[in-house]
Amino acid sequence: MKEKIGTTGLIFNEPLLWEKGSPGRTGISLPRRDVEEAPLDEKLAGEGPDFPDLSELDVVRHFTRLSQWNFGVDSGMYPLGSCTMKYNPKTNERQASLPGFAGAHPLLPAKLSQGLLSLMYDLQGYLGEITGLPAVTLQPAAGSQGELTGMLIFSAYHRHKGKPRSKVLIPDTAHGTNPASATLCGFKAVAVNSGPDGVLLPESVEALMDDDTAGIMVTNPNTLGLFEDNIRRVADIVHRKGGLVYGDGANMNAVMGIVDIGDVGVDVLHLNLHKTFSTPHGGGGPGSGPVCVTRQLEPFLPVPRVVRDKDGYSLDEDYPLSVGKVHAFFGNVGILIRAYSYILSMGAGLKQVSQYAVLNANYIKERLKDLYHLPYDRPCMHECVFTDKHQQEHHVATLDIAKRLMDYGFHPPTIYFPLVVSGAIMIEPTETESKETLDQFIDAMRQIAREAGNCPDCLHASPQLPKLQRLDEASAARHPCLGG
Amino acid sequence: MRYLPHTREDIEAMLQVVGAKNLDALFAGIPDDCRRKKEMNLPEPLTEWELNRHMEKLAGGLGASPDYAVFMGAGSYHHHIPEITRQLLLRSELFTAYTPYQPEISQGTLQTIYEYQTLVCRLLGMDVANASMYDGASSLAEAMLMAIRISRRTKIAVSKAIHPLYRKVVKTYFAPTGFEVVDLPVGVDGRTDLSGLEDLGELAGVAVQSPNFFGCIEDLDPAGKIIHTDPKTLFVVAFSEPLAYGLLRSPGVCGADIACGEGQSMGIPQSFGGPGLGMFAARQQYVRNMPGRLVGKTVDLEGKPGFVLTLATREQHIRREKATSNICSNQGLCATASTMYMAALGGTGIRRLSRLNRDRAEYLKAGLSKAGCSFPYSAPTFNEFVVRFPDGFADTWEALLEKKIVAGLSLAPYYPDLPGCWLMCVTETIDKAAIDKLVREVAK
Repeated sequence: MKEKIGTTGLIFNEPLLWEKGSPGRTGISLPRRDVEEAPLDEKLAGEGPDFPDLSELDVVRHFTRLSQWNFGVDSGMYPLGSCTMKYNPKTNERQASLPGFAGAHPLLPAKLSQGLLSLMYDLQGYLGEITGLPAVTLQPAAGSQGELTGMLIFSAYHRHKGKPRSKVLIPDTAHGTNPASATLCGFKAVAVNSGPDGVLLPESVEALMDDDTAGIMVTNPNTLGLFEDNIRRVADIVHRKGGLVYGDGANMNAVMGIVDIGDVGVDVLHLNLHKTFSTPHGGGGPGSGPVCVTRQLEPFLPVPRVVRDKDGYSLDEDYPLSVGKVHAFFGNVGILIRAYSYILSMGAGLKQVSQYAVLNANYIKERLKDLYHLPYDRPCMHECVFTDKHQQEHHVATLDIAKRLMDYGFHPPTIYFPLVVSGAIMIEPTETESKETLDQFIDAMRQIAREAGNCPDCLHASPQLPKLQRLDEASAARHPCLGG
Repeated sequence: MRYLPHTREDIEAMLQVVGAKNLDALFAGIPDDCRRKKEMNLPEPLTEWELNRHMEKLAGGLGASPDYAVFMGAGSYHHHIPEITRQLLLRSELFTAYTPYQPEISQGTLQTIYEYQTLVCRLLGMDVANASMYDGASSLAEAMLMAIRISRRTKIAVSKAIHPLYRKVVKTYFAPTGFEVVDLPVGVDGRTDLSGLEDLGELAGVAVQSPNFFGCIEDLDPAGKIIHTDPKTLFVVAFSEPLAYGLLRSPGVCGADIACGEGQSMGIPQSFGGPGLGMFAARQQYVRNMPGRLVGKTVDLEGKPGFVLTLATREQHIRREKATSNICSNQGLCATASTMYMAALGGTGIRRLSRLNRDRAEYLKAGLSKAGCSFPYSAPTFNEFVVRFPDGFADTWEALLEKKIVAGLSLAPYYPDLPGCWLMCVTETIDKAAIDKLVREVAK
C-alpha cells in the first residue's frame, strides 16, 4: 500500500465558548441608536441571557479551531451507507445566498416573489419527471417529515374512502424512521420479514395484507443495497386489497433514469434532497424531503401549492382534501434552491450519476469480498453490505474496523445497520469518488483485514490519529450532561 | 461533467473487475416491468456561468430586504447577519459533515451543538435543549405531543394568539391521532384570555406564545400560575422572535415546562421561510420524553473531555415505533449559525440589540399614532404590533410597493374579526429615516 493519507496535523485545544471572553466585549457591529429609549413595564423586563462576551476574532478562531476537529466530504471519502455523502457543489451555495433569495420574506405578495415561485414550480416538475410521480410538494423539511406527510396522506385517503385503516406493513430492513413515522400518524407498524435473498417475498406481503392495512412502506433499493425485484407484484397485492404503496426514496441515487417509480406501483415517495440532490448535510441538516405522488393522490398534498396561470405563479390554499400544513411556510427553500441548481447543472446526466454510483459500489464489493463476509452475494445497487464474520475469528468487530479506518484517513461506513445483518458494514461510495480514491479505500480495508489477523489489539486501540480516542458513550447516557 | 470523475478508461477497468460488459448490465437484475420506458425529459445541463446568470435573473425580481423596506415580521425577521457567520458557516469540515455518529472525528460539530444547547437554555431560562427541530411550527406540534406523553392525557389547549400557521401545523400533526385541540380566546388587550381554562377539563398542556402573533408580550408569570393550578398540565411557551428574550423575562423564569419556537432571528437568512431553526427546550425532569437529538459531555479513553450523541434510546433509529419522535436530520447547520451569532452578540450585545428593536418599533408606533392610526390592543409589545389604518389603506399599501415599501401584513386573511388591521414589524435593519418615510406616506 502507498503512503496512507491519514496523518496528524497541528490542531488546537479550544475551550467552551463561555470559558472565553471578557464582559463588555462584543463581536457584532451594533446599528446606530437613532431613537429614544422607550420605557418597559418592569414586571416584564428580564436580566437578559448569560452569554459570554467575545470579540470578533475570539469567535472566528473558536469556530475555525472546532471545524478542524471535524471530518467532512471535503476532507475525504465519507462512505456512510444510506446517507449518500456525495460532493456538495460550491456553486449551489452561491446561488442560495444571492441577496434576493436570502432576503425574501415568505409572506411577500406573489408579484414580488415570482422568481422563487417559478423556481419551486419548476423543481416540482423536475422531481416529478425524475420519479415518474407527477404531483409534488416541496414542504417537508427532511426525509422523516416527508414520511410523516406520506403517512398523513395514507390516513386522509382511507378516511376519505370512508374506512380508516389501522396498520401499515414495514419490512424488517427499513430505516427506523419508517415505523416511527407510521406510529406518529396513529398506525400500528407491522413488520414483514425479508426473504432469504434479502428482498421482500410477495407471499409474505400477501399473508399480512388485509382490509385493515393502509398499505406498505418500501425502501427501494433497500437498505441491503438490493433492488426489491418483486416490487411490482407486492404493489399489485397491496392495491388489490385497497392499500397504498409508500416508497422511501432515501436510496434514489441508485435508480435515476433507470426506474420509473410510478410505473412500479409506488403511490407516494419521499426524496431526500440532501442525499440524492447534493445539498450539504450540515452536520445533521437542514435537509429537505419533497413528496411525490400519483395524480389520484394529488388532492391530499399539503397546502399551499404553487400554481401557475396566465398571470404567473401564485400560492393556492384551496384544496379541501389536503392533509394541511407540515411547515410554517413552504419548507426549506434555501435547500430547494441548491437542489434546483444541481438539477440544472446535471440535466439528463443524472442517469450517469446513478450508473456511476452503482458501478462504484459493485467495484468495492468485488474487490473486498475475498476478505470480508458478504451476506448477500449478488449484484448490488449504490451500496454494499459486508459483515465482520471473518474478523470475529480474531476477536475484531465491525466497530474496530470502523475506528481503524479513521487512522487511514476515511470516514467509516454506516455500521450495525441494517439490523437484519449482524455486524453490518454498509458502504456507499457515491458517484463523485474517483477510481483512485476507491482504490485507496479498498487498500485501507484490505490492510485492516490483514491487521485483524496480525495485530488485533492495534484495531482495538484505534483510532490513534484523531484529536480524541474512543469516547465513553455509556457514561454519557448514564449521567447526562447536556449543557454548561 | 465536473462532479463526475470517471474517464472512459476508469469505467472500462472497473466494469472488468465487476464482470459487467457495460453500464446497463449493472442493472440487469431490475425486472423489465420496473424499468423506465423513456429517458428523463430534463433541460440541457447549464454551465456554471449560465447557471449564475439564470439564478441572478430569478433572484433579481424579488421584493427582498434590504432592497425593499419590509415592515413585516410574522415569524420571519430581517436582522443583520454579520459576515463572520456567513464565512464561518462555509468551513466545509462543518458544512459537509453529517450527523456525528463517529465522535472521534466529529468533535467540531459535537462541541458546537453542545454550545448551542447551552446558549438556548440560557436564552430561554430552561434546563435542557435539544440539537434542534425543523421550525417553530413543528417544534410546537412536537411539544404538544410531548405534553400528551408526559401527562397521559388526550386534550391540549392552544392560544389563538399563537402564530396562525403554527396552529395549522399543530392541527395537521394531531389530525390522525384522535387527540383534541382546543383554541383559547384572545382578550381585549391582545393577550391570551385564560379565564375559561378550568372549564376545559383535564388538559395535557396549554400553549401560549410570547411575544405573541400580535406582538403583544404575554404576562407569563400569572399565566403559568393559572395553568399550573392543575399540576399535571404542562405550561408550553412558544415564540417566533427569540431576540425578545434579550430584554424580557425568559419562559423558564416564568415557570414554563417546555419552551419552543423559531430561531431564524438568530443569524439565519429569511430564505422565503426556510431553512430556519426549531428551538426546543424543557425542564430537566422531562429530558427522556424529549424529541430530537441531544449532545452530552463525556471523556475519551485517556480521560480527555469530549462530546457524543446521547440518550439515543429515545430515538427512532434505536426504538423504531416506540420512539419519542420520528425526527432524525434536524437543522444542524442553522443551529450552528445561531451559535456563531449568539457568540458574536454576547450578553452585552443581545441586550442592546433587543432594546433597539423595541425602541424603533415604539418610535413607529408613536409616529403612526400621530398620523391618525389606532391600536386595537393595549398590551406592551416588542418589535411588532397591530395597527388599524384609516379606511382605504389597502390601496395605499399597494401603492407603497411601487416605492419599495412593504407596509406590514394584512391580518384579515388570518383573523377576519380584525378588518383594517395590519401587523407591523421594525427591527434594527430599518432605521429612523425609513420609519419617518413610512409615517409620512401614511399621513398623506
